[in-house]
Amino acid sequence: MMKVVEGSYAVAHAAMCCSPDVVSAYPITPQTHIVEHLSQLVADGELRAEFLTVDSEFSALSVLVGVSAAGGRSYSSTTSQGLALMYEVLYNVSGMRLPIVMTVANRALSAPLNIWNDQQDSIGARDVGWIQLYSENVQEAVDTTVQAYKIAESLEIMTPVMVCMDGFILTHVYEPVELLDKEQVADFLPPYRPTDILDPQNPKTFGAFADPSTYTEFRYLQYEAHLKALSKIENVAKEYAEVFGRDFGGLLDAYQADDAEIIIVTMGSVVGTIKEAIDGLRAEGTKVGLVKIRSYRPFPAQALMKELKNADVIAVIEKDICVGNEAALLTDIKAAFYNSNLRMPIIGFAAGLGGRDITIKDIRKAVEKASAARKGIESQFEFLTLRKEIL
Amino acid sequence: MKEIRFHGRGGQGAVTAAELVAVAAFEDKKFSQAFPAFGVERRGAPVMAFARISNVPIRIRSQVYEPDYVLVQDVTLLDVVDVDSGLKSEGMIIINTDRPTNQLKLKTDAQLIVLDATRIAMEVLGRPIVNTTMLGAFCGATREVSLGSINKAIAERFKGELGRKNLLAIKMAYERVST
Repeated sequence: MMKVVEGSYAVAHAAMCCSPDVVSAYPITPQTHIVEHLSQLVADGELRAEFLTVDSEFSALSVLVGVSAAGGRSYSSTTSQGLALMYEVLYNVSGMRLPIVMTVANRALSAPLNIWNDQQDSIGARDVGWIQLYSENVQEAVDTTVQAYKIAESLEIMTPVMVCMDGFILTHVYEPVELLDKEQVADFLPPYRPTDILDPQNPKTFGAFADPSTYTEFRYLQYEAHLKALSKIENVAKEYAEVFGRDFGGLLDAYQADDAEIIIVTMGSVVGTIKEAIDGLRAEGTKVGLVKIRSYRPFPAQALMKELKNADVIAVIEKDICVGNEAALLTDIKAAFYNSNLRMPIIGFAAGLGGRDITIKDIRKAVEKASAARKGIESQFEFLTLRKEIL
Repeated sequence: MKEIRFHGRGGQGAVTAAELVAVAAFEDKKFSQAFPAFGVERRGAPVMAFARISNVPIRIRSQVYEPDYVLVQDVTLLDVVDVDSGLKSEGMIIINTDRPTNQLKLKTDAQLIVLDATRIAMEVLGRPIVNTTMLGAFCGATREVSLGSINKAIAERFKGELGRKNLLAIKMAYERVST
């Protein structure tokens, strides 16, 4: 049934429908409502799970390591400083091939302290070996949560997934959402049946030690699992669409990209505003399109090149900054293109940092700059709405 | 699409008011969206919230800069916030105040509706929480959402006695601006 609910509630409800055995929780804005709602669902008896309140995000993820290694399905959510505090455990989870699913309510990092949305937190964790899927709206965050478990727990993948949704913009919005049916989810998502678990009757060790003779192979297997996840993510999205009737794309999704001369590439909730901007620009005769990245890790280089190959120029808009270089998605796209025969200009914009609003006007400005870049790139990378007057 | 901006102070329920409009509009078979512009969430600090109502699914996520409607829950905000910033001239601003309208410093040409929502809230709820009362006024003055749907949204959010009191406050404000 479609209902107007808070984004955090919708995601908590989706997590409940996946029947996790254990939910661990540590409050941090703007993620707190998600675990609060889960706590309520457990207290009300709607979710039969152990709800663990812990002393820090480090512990929140650490307990899930134990749960997952013992064969349980687990869930947590975090953001920003909380994700940063988990950093060490993030590698342990992926290295031990534990299919934990965690929502990241994307938020800026300190200092200076800022509780608002950007994607620096999950971008900063791009190399930890987790799959990262980004959501355009609340419905996609809901649907991706279910897909995430199916992807993560596939025996050929066995890799944790972060479901990224923009903090406040999606966690605190009220909008119409189709809430999931628990039984329908149970049909789609089989129980978690790992081949190897921690079992006192059959003792094994997880992640203990690998010397130089085997460590490379452990890393190779993770790398290979991500390559396999490229098709898995596509297939699970298709399968989901067949069952639930909703399709937000697999690795990526395109909007008005077929005949577009200028294509914007982005991730997350700004997609909606960009689609509005594109409709306006198209009405004026500017051929603009959009490619939305759903799967940032694994990075869909081949799929992306296929979508972008006919564009004259590409504008990457992203909510992160790699201080000392440029921004993450921009670098990834350039890297993907270097060994191909695609040679259109690619320019990048950091936008929406620390919650700065991104308006249609801002998108039009990026498109103007991209259009100008067809005649020669003036700047490869810039801050889209920099307030030079206060520098 | 109609865009609404709510001005209040932390603790007055401006965010809840926006959410209730979104719930009610959806009940009226329209698409809707509501979200807060969170600052530092202290009681008494100026806060804003936004709602959009549309006949088609809403994709835009930016804040509302050119609202069709502005609701001001606390008249003292007029001294510190440009509450009528960007308000469309064919739009409407609804202010909770007991001050005469000629004492309200506004720059907008939009229609001005005033009501003493605090008085209604004190009388009915016994507390100066005016968000639901203001929704009654919004509903009566704009007809952008139906009274039945606002009432349904309120009844879902506030149970029992509190729900009944809020429904009464809404009715009083609705009738006050409708006549």
